Amino acid sequence: MEYLIGIQGPDFVLVAADNVAASSIIQMKHDYDKMFKLSEKILLLCVGEAGDTVQFAEYIQKNVQLYKMRNGYELSPSAAANFTRKNLADYLRSRTPYHVNLLLAGYDETDGPGLYYMDHLSALAKAPFAAHGYGAFLTLSILDRYYKPDLTREEAVDLLKKCIEELNRRFILNLHSFTVRLIDKDGIHDMEKLSAGPK
Amino acid sequence: MALQDVCGFMDYLDEIPPCHHLPNETGSLFKTTSEFETDCPFHFLSPPQQNSGKHGVPSLLSPTFPCLSTHQRPFQLSHGTTTLGFTFQGGVIAAADTRASCKGLICCPISQKIMPIHSHLVVTTSGSGADCMLWERILTREMRLYQLRHRRRLTVNGAAKLLSMMLHPFKGTEVCVAVTLCGWDGEDAKITFQTGMKMGAKVEKTMKQDSHDPIKNNALSSPNSEMMSSTNKQYDQNTLSAIGEHCGPRVCYVCSDGLQLRGEIISVGSGSPYAYAVLDDGWRWEMTVDEAMGLAREAVFRATHWDAYSGNNVDLFHITALGLRRRDREDLKEEYYREKERAKKMIKEREKERQKKEKAELAEEAKDIKSVHGEY
Repeated sequence: MEYLIGIQGPDFVLVAADNVAASSIIQMKHDYDKMFKLSEKILLLCVGEAGDTVQFAEYIQKNVQLYKMRNGYELSPSAAANFTRKNLADYLRSRTPYHVNLLLAGYDETDGPGLYYMDHLSALAKAPFAAHGYGAFLTLSILDRYYKPDLTREEAVDLLKKCIEELNRRFILNLHSFTVRLIDKDGIHDMEKLSAGPK
Repeated sequence: MALQDVCGFMDYLDEIPPCHHLPNETGSLFKTTSEFETDCPFHFLSPPQQNSGKHGVPSLLSPTFPCLSTHQRPFQLSHGTTTLGFTFQGGVIAAADTRASCKGLICCPISQKIMPIHSHLVVTTSGSGADCMLWERILTREMRLYQLRHRRRLTVNGAAKLLSMMLHPFKGTEVCVAVTLCGWDGEDAKITFQTGMKMGAKVEKTMKQDSHDPIKNNALSSPNSEMMSSTNKQYDQNTLSAIGEHCGPRVCYVCSDGLQLRGEIISVGSGSPYAYAVLDDGWRWEMTVDEAMGLAREAVFRATHWDAYSGNNVDLFHITALGLRRRDREDLKEEYYREKERAKKMIKEREKERQKKEKAELAEEAKDIKSVHGEY
């Protein structure tokens, strides 16, 4: 029902998420933001079961901020991703597992941009592009075909638009708008919301 | 737990052997009710404790107490209701029906689903009636404590977060609470909570006096419009400046699943799709208070018409910077008959107009024919 996508470039990461907050068959909100800012250069995109998403994401968010307060410097994206995965794994075999699917995108001074894919079984993979949700079935092959490791920002946005077009054409649900953000060495930039035009 | 002591509830617990394999219908990923009991429901902000396994002093909340381990309900809970809340330039409107149902039975046709928490916050409830009552009281208590400790009211979003956090340990259990918090966040500098409470009380008093008149028959707009507009004028003078970041009307939805949403229009319950249809069509930020009341009333009315689990009466609350006002409960059955009468009248009038038109057309034609004959 929900959709997350991330594309990593040579010096940036582009991420997008849909804006629908639904409860059974009703869209309760059309402008819901599924991205959580962990630090100046790290974003966590979180979808999944209703309360778990916000609860887990905010827990990670506060812990990352606490680390910065205690130690004076921020966690790197890779460390944050592993921390997140560890928490997911710890709760997995408890009585209250978190049923969430995540994308963590960040920019590190030394390692450059990074996109990490995590799912509710606490798998972690660093990937050049990734997507979550039913929409992923439709768009991963597009990403496969057109992705190049050295794509520019404009090319990444075009690729994203292609994916959204495909969703609009073939996906049974109407996801009419997407929040788009770009992370690079200067931090997190909000980009224009993409909306699926008429079919 | 005085009753427990009097009944000697605890006395025979020592004889019951510990029961490790508890039947659990919902699958291993969810907490059983006994596990839920160990997380003492009165310690809301503490994380769930692990089951230690030893029972030095068995308490009512001990997992070894088999009577609490499986809940066998004699009936299925239904979550039938229509409640809604929306913000607009004149504040917040909260509306709900009054039917409490249990499967096919209407348990109570006059239940109250909208409960004031304090002078500037109202909560509309849906889900399990008992759970909602309990959690509404708990929330009221926590908010009052916050107010006393910090000398200011907790914001609507803060209250929603608090409630969401308190409900989180019970996720996966059968607690079913879906509430909408509707209220006004005040500016702390201008109105301290004391004066705010006083004003709120004054407001409620004046409204009670005004609203003793029964609601007269009228179309969708509020019948008390004269009374309300006069009191509206007095609010306008004192009303705080419009929407800032820290003050203004707010509506927030909190669910025992953990979903927490802020928005402009929220509707909850089995009748909510019908209500959404009416609200989405008629809502504008610039609505007047009367239009907003009329819209809320219409939305609940349509929902109660189509949804079997909603009905009987409609309650309306209006919250502004100066507090909350309540409109008299209105029976929707009468509204239904009034609408039928109106529809009949409209059909008659349209028939008359059509006939007039036809006559006029015939007359015109006759004239033309005459003039044509006349020439010859």
